[in-house]
Amino acid sequence: MPDSTPHIASPTDLAAVREIVLGNIITSAETPSPTFGEEALAAFITNRFKELELTNISIDEAGNAAGLLLGSQDGDMEDRRTILVVAHTDKIWPADTNHTADVGAKEIVGRGIADNSVGVGALISLPKVLKELGIKLKADLLLVGTTKSFGGGDLAGIRYFLEHAKPQIAAGICLEGIELGRLSFSSTGMLRGEIIVKSDDTGPCGVIGILATIVTRILEIKTLAELNTEVLLGSIEAGAGYNEPPRRGILKFEIRSEDAENVSRIHRRIKEIVEATDAHCDAKCVLDVLAKRTPGEIREGHPLVNSARQILKKLNVEPCVGPSVSELSALLDRRIPALTLGITRGKNRHTENETIEIDPIFTGLAQIVSILQFIDGADDETLNFSHDASNE
Amino acid sequence: MQATSDKINRWLETNTYRHGKFWEIKDLVAEKERKGLKISLCIPTLNEEKTIGKVIILLKSELMDTYPLVDEIAVIDSGSSDNTLEVAASFGAETYLSADILPEQGFRPGKGENLWKAIHQLKGDIICYVDADIRNINKRFVTGLVAPLIYRDEVHYTKAFYDRPLAYSEGIRPSGGGRVTEILVRPLFSLFFPELTAMIQPLSGEYAVRREVLEKLPFPIGYGVETSHLIDVWQEYGLEAFAQTDLDIRVHRNQTTNDLGKMSFGILQSFLSRLESNGMVDRLPELANIYRQFQAKGESYEQVLKEIIEEERPPMIEIEEYRKSRGLE
Repeated sequence: MPDSTPHIASPTDLAAVREIVLGNIITSAETPSPTFGEEALAAFITNRFKELELTNISIDEAGNAAGLLLGSQDGDMEDRRTILVVAHTDKIWPADTNHTADVGAKEIVGRGIADNSVGVGALISLPKVLKELGIKLKADLLLVGTTKSFGGGDLAGIRYFLEHAKPQIAAGICLEGIELGRLSFSSTGMLRGEIIVKSDDTGPCGVIGILATIVTRILEIKTLAELNTEVLLGSIEAGAGYNEPPRRGILKFEIRSEDAENVSRIHRRIKEIVEATDAHCDAKCVLDVLAKRTPGEIREGHPLVNSARQILKKLNVEPCVGPSVSELSALLDRRIPALTLGITRGKNRHTENETIEIDPIFTGLAQIVSILQFIDGADDETLNFSHDASNE
Repeated sequence: MQATSDKINRWLETNTYRHGKFWEIKDLVAEKERKGLKISLCIPTLNEEKTIGKVIILLKSELMDTYPLVDEIAVIDSGSSDNTLEVAASFGAETYLSADILPEQGFRPGKGENLWKAIHQLKGDIICYVDADIRNINKRFVTGLVAPLIYRDEVHYTKAFYDRPLAYSEGIRPSGGGRVTEILVRPLFSLFFPELTAMIQPLSGEYAVRREVLEKLPFPIGYGVETSHLIDVWQEYGLEAFAQTDLDIRVHRNQTTNDLGKMSFGILQSFLSRLESNGMVDRLPELANIYRQFQAKGESYEQVLKEIIEEERPPMIEIEEYRKSRGLE
């Protein structure tokens, strides 16, 4: 067996690219990029790729911004090994909200700074980071800013990219701004939906009373704990004042489970509740499904997971293992061994005061580089999707 | 009057730029290196810890680390009580206390003092001054100002302007400076130095200047520095030595009317001292009746001339009919 101890890059060796990395993060943050409106950030990413002299720079039909850093390997396109690194480009904020980032000595504050400006900034800084560390990978490094991750976007960007990508991808890394130490190698089964209630004559509570009944009945589903499944209620929207009963309301929810069958069961149960409510009151109640993920994972003992754990340990970062509902699931669906990694520490996620710490970013980058080097040195057998090192 | 208008129109056509013209930084760096120029960026500060970090990160990463356009970035501080200098230094800027530069000349608190001392401390053939309070800082704030100096040897002083108010339906929009510009400086220039009205934003804090011009200029230490520079450079080199570049929008905190009053007072001091030193106080030029403003038409700018004649009536008591009606002899 080859020596599996990964080489660890040092965060302190990145001082010379510090302002370049931070500049890329800040510019990503200050470029509005709501889901379905990500063109400006994609243009910024491809401009950076051009400056870095990457090859095969493109924006595809789904709006994904891609560039290829050629490795030292020989061979035609079909024989070449490729490592994929992705960061989603969308933010939860509408384009007309203030996107200014405030920079202090230790922290940066602003909308979308953690999710996912740090991820995008790290993505476009990677070629300079590798160069600064004197690392030339054998494999080609395919860097992609993927679109339409949030909400109804349903990972349309990464799904389109994987369906149409020409290179054979040996392994993938998904970048998320926070939290440093995050280590995801499984994706949760997920279903995201909206319950829409409309009525012209609903009494003094309007549709709010009907929505409240539906919420109560969802909370009464007894098998949730047994099935190790969660129903997250994300928002209720109805009405606009004090004394006008609303005629239309929406309840947004998400079902999460590590078992696809459980997601389906709870989905069926909620559908029954909605249909029963529709039948028994003077309102139109409809359930729309906006996004769905099937669960997937590489095993706990997979060499990619083991190496990530060792690297985090050597960088004195406590790993925090948890499943993901984001880009990772699209990669695992295609049986590509992949991880989601966090880059820095932060707080106030998804608020206007979203905050990241500056110094840990460079530990986060060292972690990414170290894992890239591990993947680059590992053979296809080691990285095999179903590889289980615990049997060896 | 027509000659002045023609001259201003010619200058607007040849020496007024949009920053987008200079977006190719590689070309700018190549020309700078061909001419063997060194460029220094000076950021004068007083208690700017909230904004200085981003200014340094974005300008250093783009204009020093990625493209070698700027040779040094220096923060010159008037004695901040906050962490301005620590933040700036943590992102790789050179930091100086104004009081430590040329100590034998003493220290006076004021932005002009920092700009003046930068000439001694910094090495560049061109010094570009950028204020630290710009919230939407971007490389164009420097490239747009140094480019005319790099490409055109006859240009000595480039001034920024920021002019993108709401689009008007006919494609014409009024072109405005700030409140002090429109209420104080433009009327004064219209009366005494009509050619200088061509400067769309005479008080903007961002400009790039050649060392051989800077070293010959006196520096008011406070609010009057921009106004006095324009007058002094114009008298020595003429309008042709100036260029101005549209840098789009500048987002910054708004000043209170009280602060603008102080600013106006400082500007008037500098302005009147120039009238005095030019012997213009007891020999006022024939007062012009033409007030000069500008409007933007698409990408170009044109003058708007308004004749404003302030005629005067005598005191009523001198009018015969009035005296009769009041029974006055």
